[in-house]
Formats: sequence, structure tokens, C-alpha cells
Amino acid sequence: MAEVIYDHVTKRFDSVVAVNDLTLEVKDGEFLVLVGPSGCGKTTALRCLAGLEEVTSGDILIGDRVVTHIPPKDRDIAMVFQNYALYPHMTVYDNMAFGLKLRKVPKQEIDRRVKEAAEILGIQDLLNRKPRQLSGGQRQRVALGRAIVREPQVFLMDEPLSNLDAKLRVQTRGELIKLQRRLGVTTIYVTHDQVEAMTMGHRIAVMNQGVLQQLDTPENLYDRPANLFVATFIGSPAMNIFPAKVVSGDGSYRLVAGEVTLEVPPSHRSRLADYVDREVLLGIRPEDLEVVVGSEAQRGDTVRLPVELIEPLGAETLVHLRGPAGTLIAQGEPRIHLNPGDVVTVRVRTEHLHTFDPQTEMAIF
Amino acid sequence: MTTAPVRTIAPAAPLPLRQRIRLWIESEPVLAYLFMSPGWLILLLFMSYPFFLGIWISLTDRTVGLPTGEFVGLRNYRDLLRDGVFRLTVLNTFIYGFVTVPFKLLLGLLLALLLNQAFRLRNVLRAALLLPWIVPTALSSLAWLMLYDPVLSPFSWLLKDWGVVEGSIAFLGSRVNAIVSLCVANIWRGTPFFAVAILAGLQAVPHELHEAAAIEGANAVQRFFAVTLPVIRGIVVITTLFSIIWTFADFQLVYVLTKGGPANSTHIFGTFAWQEGIGGAGKLGMGAAVSLYMFPILAALSAILLRYVRSQET
Repeated sequence: MAEVIYDHVTKRFDSVVAVNDLTLEVKDGEFLVLVGPSGCGKTTALRCLAGLEEVTSGDILIGDRVVTHIPPKDRDIAMVFQNYALYPHMTVYDNMAFGLKLRKVPKQEIDRRVKEAAEILGIQDLLNRKPRQLSGGQRQRVALGRAIVREPQVFLMDEPLSNLDAKLRVQTRGELIKLQRRLGVTTIYVTHDQVEAMTMGHRIAVMNQGVLQQLDTPENLYDRPANLFVATFIGSPAMNIFPAKVVSGDGSYRLVAGEVTLEVPPSHRSRLADYVDREVLLGIRPEDLEVVVGSEAQRGDTVRLPVELIEPLGAETLVHLRGPAGTLIAQGEPRIHLNPGDVVTVRVRTEHLHTFDPQTEMAIF
Repeated sequence: MTTAPVRTIAPAAPLPLRQRIRLWIESEPVLAYLFMSPGWLILLLFMSYPFFLGIWISLTDRTVGLPTGEFVGLRNYRDLLRDGVFRLTVLNTFIYGFVTVPFKLLLGLLLALLLNQAFRLRNVLRAALLLPWIVPTALSSLAWLMLYDPVLSPFSWLLKDWGVVEGSIAFLGSRVNAIVSLCVANIWRGTPFFAVAILAGLQAVPHELHEAAAIEGANAVQRFFAVTLPVIRGIVVITTLFSIIWTFADFQLVYVLTKGGPANSTHIFGTFAWQEGIGGAGKLGMGAAVSLYMFPILAALSAILLRYVRSQET
């Protein structure tokens, strides 16, 4: 087990910069998720760590060893691929034993480790089968088993759940979390799925266009996104964003967008001092917009908006509202009865407002 | 629960004859044979008829120019077994078939591995690779005839220039020389087939398998045996069997280069059958018998091939 350090790592493919000056420290035993849209450089970053890609500049450390120019086999890592990459002509047992045989591990030790891993993963009965005789979920377990038996310092996982159907994915996700907590092996996990990222990682590194946007715990990413990209990438449905003008008077600050006026909570006021009479980007998560059925007096934290569309999802109802600049999505109660055209009162949880600088897109608060 | 009123169905009137015929034709078993019939017809006309005619002729003493011959039973086959040239022909064919194929396989595999790497001009080279295979053998054999010329051969010239040999080499002048020369030309012609087939197989090897093996500690050679070879094994087996069959049944290369000479010492089945049946003696019956001696060998090879292909399908 070991910590992993990316030290100013850059990877170029001809003129394309896939990973741009990535500096990142993964703690010993940590489950770190690399997340971002496709093409953001997360997989390339993982492949650089595996040694499958040569970095253009910078260094990678595993434990206290610089591995930048060490071949993959000497890095003491194990990788789980998206399509599992099982050897089709080998049995499950041989697939799992292959790496150990290459390393000249004694036969009895191989047998012990393979059987132990098979038991952990519940695939003892499949050891004599070939990969083509297995279901997707079983193959995924074998791929995990192949990584476990190696007892490596670091697990690398490249979207290992994305080939499973939705139900199995949720189930395996939970098992994978338990497994990692049990083995305590440093794990770096790449996914484009922000739900996976939020549920699995001790910490999450959000990447976009090769650049690390924010490295933080799931809670902090959600509640305190560092910039507009993280704010809109994490969370589903995405955070509502619209421009608003900062107005001050009587010692209070208000954000004004069209006919919507919101009172800024006192705790955040100081941050907005530089933005008075300027426009900022205002962000509100759908669950921080509360649809109040029935009429209620207007207050500093309520606005009246017409309904555009209702999306009942069962456990919640997404209410599309015509906002000051395009559609706003509010997360309403289940079984809410509304019709398009209704004008409703929406209470904004102003303590959860986010604001971003329109030029730099960095968070103001 | 309510019950539906019982309805009586009147017995259907018999269909008119034309409609019944149409229904019969359109029934699945009949239709299947109907669709197969053009293929059967072609097989019967161009494969089965000549094959059985060949068997019949091999049992007669028919010669070129005469419309019929006497039935002589298995005499032609018996006479061939006593014929020294025929026995040499059998030996030559086996040498030709079994010596060249391993070289073609090995060279083809190496070429395929090379052309599977990423480098500039790769596509040009891939296309050029096919040339020996697509140029008509009769033509390329003529080129080899010039390369093997006893006086003008560039090989002799080069070797003399380097001081390796004193005089020109008689490439086709003795049995051993001629057979080696034939094998070299055959390897040259047959290697692209292996290379292209194996290259196609290599492209089907998932990249991740190599990466997974590399991470697990396999070097390039171990990866080749653990990952590449098992995936392309089927293609290698099939191309090898095909190549043996084709080499056994070759004619053009040997005919153009040596015509079976010197002194009938380099014949293979194809050229000897031609010489016996049409070229020299004109003994059609004897020529047919020579060809038919090939049949059990090729049938056995084809059976192995088909079995293998079928075993891969399931």
C-alpha cells in the first residue's frame, strides 16, 4: 500500500494536451475518483500512472519511488479495464493466476491467493470456466479478482462498471466500495458518472480539458464548488445558472435578475463587495428551490414563476419554471399537482446560493 | 365468466390445383431445395461430372486423339506404383508441400507482426505485400525463370561479385538445386497469403489484452505466446491447411520453371499428370490415374480443415 503523487504531470499527443500540469496527491489507502466529461484527460492520467502512456513532463511517484520511466510491470499496480480484458482462451483460474505465474510465485501460494480472491468475490464455482461462458457481472468480478490476487500497492480502475446494466451497476458499486474499504488498498478510479464519483470516492478529482478543476470530498464538491464547471458537472439535475446584478443599499445586498430579487444572506455579503453594480452568475441547485403550493406572501426569499413542464420521477417531481433567463428546474415534492401555465411561489434557500465571477468563472461564494 | 357462443366452422372447399402447387413450392423444405438447385447444378456440371469422368478415364487406356479406350481396371494405378518417376513425383510433392509451408508460415507471421506496427508508409507496404499473391503465377514464374537463368542469373552474378562462388550456379540444373529453387519461388509466392490472413487476425487482438498482460509482468515474447498466438491460432491453422492443399495441387510454378526436369526428377502430381496424360505420351488414362492418387491426400487434409472450422464454430 502506498500513496500516489502526480507532480506537474503533462501529457501531449502531438498538439493536443491531454493532461495539463496535473499535481495531485492520493493518500495511502484512499479511494480517489477521477471524474470528468469524455476527453477530459482522466483516462490518460490513469494510463500515465499505469505506465501505458509515457508522460511528456513531470513525475509520478508510487510510495516514495519515482516510477515515471519504469515499465508497467515494475510499478506494482493492478488495473481493471472497462471491457475487463480477460484472456479469452484461459479459464477464470488461469486468468487470475497469470500475473503470479509470470512473477514466479510458488504454485501453492498462487492457489491460495486465487481461491481466497475467488471466495471474496463469490466466484469459486466459476474457476474452471472460460470468460465467454460468463455473464458481464461475472467477468467484471474475474477482472477484479485478477487485480486482487496480485496484492499490488495501487488499484487502477478504468470505468469498470460502465459495461454493466443499470441495476447490476448499482449493486456492484456498493460491493466495490466495501471491498476497497476492507482491503484498504489505495485505489484510483476513473469514471464519467458523477453518481459513481459521489458515492464511491473518499475524495474526488474533477477534471476538464486536461486540467484539474477541484480535488475535494464529495460533500465539499457539492456544497462548495470551486468554479462554474464543477458546479454544473456535479449534481443531477444540474445547478441552475443565470446572470444577476449585485445591488446594495441600506447595508444589505440583493441579487437582481429580471423580476427576481433575492436577498443575500449576511454571511456572504463581504465577498460581494467588489461586485456591487456588476453582473455575476447566480447558481441555485434544484433542491434549493422549494415550490410552495398555494398562495403565500412575497418575501425576500420567494419569487413567483410560471410553470413550463412537470416531470414526475416518482420519489420527486422536477418542475420546470420560466425563469428570468431561460428555464429553472426546481425539485418538488412527489405527487405534486401542477399544470403548465400555473404561476407558483418558489422559496429560494438563499443560504445555499452560489455566485461565480462571469469572467474567470471562479466561485465568489 | 361468460362463455362465447360456439361457432361452427364449415369445412373448407378444396383449393384449386394451381394454388395447391404454389403452396407446395412455397413450403419451406421444397423452397430450400429450390434455392439450392443452381448451386447443385454448377457443382454437378463443373465438379462432379469431370471428377467422375476422370475416375472413369483412369480405369481405361484412353489416349489423346482417340474417342474411347478399353476398360483396363486398376492397371494404370498398378503400373504407376512400379514407375520410378511416379515414386519420385510423390516424394517431390511431399517435400514441396511440407518444406515450403513452415517457411511461408514463419515468414508470413513475421511480416504480419511487422506490418501490424505503426510506422510511416505502412499502408503502402501492406498493399505492396500482396503483389506476389495477385500477380498471375505464370507471369511471376517467368521472372523467377530469369532469376534462375544459368548464364544471366543476377543471383549468380552477385555471389560471384562477392567472391562466394567461382562460376555461375545451375539453379535448375540438378534435382536438388531445382527443388530448392522451386521451393524458394513457392515460398516467395505463398508468404503474402499467410501475412495478410494473419495480419487480419492480429488486428482482431484487443489492445487491452496486451496492456493487461504488460501490467501483469509479461514481456513482448510472453505477450506473443499468452495473448497474440491464442487469438490468431484459428487463422494460423486454417491458412496452413489451405496452403498445404494448394501447394500439393500446384502446377504453374513447376511447369514454367522446370517442366519436371531435369530428367523428370522434379515433377509434382500436377505436372506429371499433365505430362503423362497430355504433354508427352498422351496417355489420358495414365494421367487421370496420377491425378487421382492426389485425391485421398487432399480429401484427408480437407476433412481435417472442415472439422477444425466446424469445431471453432461451436
